[in-house]
Amino acid sequence: MKRKTAYLGMFLALALICSYVESLIPFYFGIPGVKLGLTNIVVVVMLYEIGAKEAFCISMLRILLAGFLFGNPFSILYSLSGGLLSFFVMLALKHTKKFQIVTISVMGGIFHNIGQLCAASVVVENYNLFYYAPMLLIAGFITGFLIGILAVEMTARLKGLLHK
Amino acid sequence: MAVQFQKNDKLLLGTVLLVLLAGMAWFSFLGRETGASVKVTVNGQLYGTYSLKQDQEIKIIIGEKVTNVLRIQDQKADMLTADCPDKLCMHQKAIYRQNETIVCLPNKVVAEIIGGEEAELDSIT
Repeated sequence: MKRKTAYLGMFLALALICSYVESLIPFYFGIPGVKLGLTNIVVVVMLYEIGAKEAFCISMLRILLAGFLFGNPFSILYSLSGGLLSFFVMLALKHTKKFQIVTISVMGGIFHNIGQLCAASVVVENYNLFYYAPMLLIAGFITGFLIGILAVEMTARLKGLLHK
Repeated sequence: MAVQFQKNDKLLLGTVLLVLLAGMAWFSFLGRETGASVKVTVNGQLYGTYSLKQDQEIKIIIGEKVTNVLRIQDQKADMLTADCPDKLCMHQKAIYRQNETIVCLPNKVVAEIIGGEEAELDSIT
């Protein structure tokens, strides 16, 4: 692919915008930490259309930058643990070549929440947080599903543009 | 519509959803019991235990600063204020069932509903 640097910069900007938009949407379900996970669209699309290494870099950079811009050191820690776990689960599932994008996005959503829950329990040293696990994971399932559908539509439309 | 599920996807998603729903059902049966008191921990250390029967406002002081205020009203505990930027704990609903928690991650404050017996002891001290 030509002009790779420019594309990666564009994807990072896109991921940051998604983070920003998400920080503006009040999205409370009575359970803390439930989010849409809009940036996961960018990660999933990149995983399929660009490559794992690039998707990983953009995902990590996005978490750090968004943390400094719209969050605090703690939000970086939670995003990082969720982001890492979800990325590697999605990568592993993609490698099996047995699953559709939507399925991978759903699993990514669920494991993002598992990662965050683990980080939160360790930080506050209270394992009763897992009381909320079923609710959080179902939320991850639903948002992952929606994000997956969007990612499918995006990859279908971006194919022509990205591989010129 | 481009989304078409294959057998593998249906199998995986179906299993996961089933497990999650089973987990939720199990937890909601398990956690039905109303608690008697609320235990506050800061950074994993016990800060105090307060009876839910007594309406009060608990100021949680870390260092010299009041970081969070927990209110007990109508046998429910609710986070009234927090000095952290995201205010997630304030948006959370009041808790009253056993094992329900309100967490303020930046301040590492956890309020947790616990059961009957211990509460009586603590309310005396």
